[in-house]
Amino acid sequence: MSLLEIKNLHATVNGNEILKGINLTVNPGEIHSIMGPNGSGKSTLAQVLARRESYNVTDGSITFDGKDLLEMSPEDAACEGLFMAFQYPVEIPGISNAYFLRAALNSIRKYRSEDEMDAMDFLPLVKEKMRMLEMDERFLNRPVNEGFSGGEKKRNEIVQMAVLEPKLAVLDETDSGLDIDALKIVAKGVNAMRSKSRSMILVTHYQRLLDYIVPDFVHVLVNGRIVKSGGPELALELEQKGYSWTEGELAGARR
Amino acid sequence: MITATQAPEKYSEIFDQFSARSVAQPHWLQALRKEAFARFAETGFPTTRDEDWRFTNTSAVSNTSFELAGIDRISQEQLKPLGVSGFANLLVFVNGLFSEELSALGALPKGVKVASLAKQLANDSASVERYLGKYLNLQRDAFCALNTAFIEDGIFVHVSSGVVVENPIYVLYVTVPGSTPQMNHPRTLIVAEPNSQVTVVEDYVSLGNGVTFSNSATELIAGENAHVQHYMIVREGEGANNFSTLRIQQGRSANVATHSLLLGGSLIRNNVHPVLAGEGSECLINGLFMANGHQHMDNYMLVEHASPHCDSRQFYNGILNGNSHGVFHGRIIVHKDAQKTDAKQTNRNLLLSDDAQIDTKPQLEIYADDVKCTHGATIGQFDDNALFYLRSRGLPEASARHLLLLAFANECLDRMHSTQVRDHIEKLVVNSLPGAARFIGERSLQGAERNLEEVG
Repeated sequence: MSLLEIKNLHATVNGNEILKGINLTVNPGEIHSIMGPNGSGKSTLAQVLARRESYNVTDGSITFDGKDLLEMSPEDAACEGLFMAFQYPVEIPGISNAYFLRAALNSIRKYRSEDEMDAMDFLPLVKEKMRMLEMDERFLNRPVNEGFSGGEKKRNEIVQMAVLEPKLAVLDETDSGLDIDALKIVAKGVNAMRSKSRSMILVTHYQRLLDYIVPDFVHVLVNGRIVKSGGPELALELEQKGYSWTEGELAGARR
Repeated sequence: MITATQAPEKYSEIFDQFSARSVAQPHWLQALRKEAFARFAETGFPTTRDEDWRFTNTSAVSNTSFELAGIDRISQEQLKPLGVSGFANLLVFVNGLFSEELSALGALPKGVKVASLAKQLANDSASVERYLGKYLNLQRDAFCALNTAFIEDGIFVHVSSGVVVENPIYVLYVTVPGSTPQMNHPRTLIVAEPNSQVTVVEDYVSLGNGVTFSNSATELIAGENAHVQHYMIVREGEGANNFSTLRIQQGRSANVATHSLLLGGSLIRNNVHPVLAGEGSECLINGLFMANGHQHMDNYMLVEHASPHCDSRQFYNGILNGNSHGVFHGRIIVHKDAQKTDAKQTNRNLLLSDDAQIDTKPQLEIYADDVKCTHGATIGQFDDNALFYLRSRGLPEASARHLLLLAFANECLDRMHSTQVRDHIEKLVVNSLPGAARFIGERSLQGAERNLEEVG
């Protein structure tokens, strides 16, 4: 059974139709990359998957692990095993990273009728994940994302993902704004989480990320539709020919 | 009901009765009280035409006929829910009068005097006379004048030079509402001599929701290089009017922090007035007010820089829900000689409902020419991005909202030094936040995290 099944998805933001019939199937363990020019609907797709309420689904369906994702609140989707790494992680002054992350983990565990994790068990776990992302332990006691650099915020997202262990991770332009060293660290963290049971969707504007995290499939999103799908080689082709190439193909397909 | 102009007459009768039974008080105090009452009789209660009272209508106090609260006995059992039993130095007052049986003092170092004001006046009136009423401005404020006119009891804390008091001195002012409106006027005097260190908590509570008027005044004198932590907690009942004035006098290099937590009461006016009189002194004014229903909470700050090289920091956060009304008035006066002043003021407010209201007003008066003064105020609602972020990590919406409020409150809690008092206040805050309960267990575990961090 597929983990994620998107059928004919249409979505609007502030009355404008951004997604115009997306079809995508993700099986357990697969990594899919969604690429596309600015404004093509990549981030909208990520936000819809994470159940942001201001994104209005007007048609189509999304089935996540056999359940109707569109019926879920953001927290239920998270508890069911969906995680989105934010393009712009939010700063929350006054709450420490450690406290926030343990509250999140315990909320998910509670949803799954598992015992809550106490501080003694939680700290070694989160510290291990932070080491993997080369983040100083001091970040644990700092307020969530407050005063973090762009790269630190993105690494913090991957730490959260590593602790929450989702079935499906959606990385929304996690590579944007990262220098090559930070990109390698993030990629290392993501690759360490690859498994037969965990799927990922990498939303990205740049082919560079895919040098470090090699996807199983690449999809090109243009103007709210997936216009081309293929293997990792598609990303390289895109890099050489540019997005206008696919736009041309789309125009050709329409004629 | 009485009108505002009749009020002084009404109080005149009460004052005469009170004076008649206070003839045992020292003469200087009787004279001070008389002078104060004369001042009150002259001015009466302020109205909203008075700039300092523009946003706060005092008619709930001025139009009510209050009687002086009488002696009341309460049991240890009644104090239990207040969560203060862990404090080694606990001084309990009931309707403004000291309760010996409910109070306890732990081991205090030599050179520290903690006594009820009435007892101290009886035993050593000169030690009180030196300070009492020397700093509080009777001319400015009718409520201070009224408090002074009715001085009977309260707390006296005196820390000798160089003495460090480890455990906080916790003063619990309990009001027991009666069948008719009652008032009390507790007076607090804190004297920290040079190089001493002490923490004092004033906690105002009521056992019931009847109409009361607690009109307190505190004089805090910090000598050269003294370090004083002061906490003010107001968590009175639904019928309570709580007016308080904290007047701080700081000597050279003295360091004072005052933290206010306003939670309960119908009408609250919280005056904080530090004077940085000695060179190089520092003052932190930190506050959190959380109002709901029809509560009115007015914070009036007057920070006077009177000497060079002094720093003052004001941080007040307000959370307003329901039809509540909050006020923050932050006045900073930098006197002519107070060069190199560094004064900062920040007031942040969260409005949780359409009908909640906040008035925030900075007021800077600068007469020196080499100073740094900044002020800022924000008024906002819930941050939808933050809410979505928390929910996307699996936190239910109610918990996410609660967590964001806690985060906002934590900005104030994090400035508190005393671990014991801070933990206590944190519990009060968590229990008072909308949608409480869920996170109480979680918070106590964060303490464990902190400790573990310190060890590891």
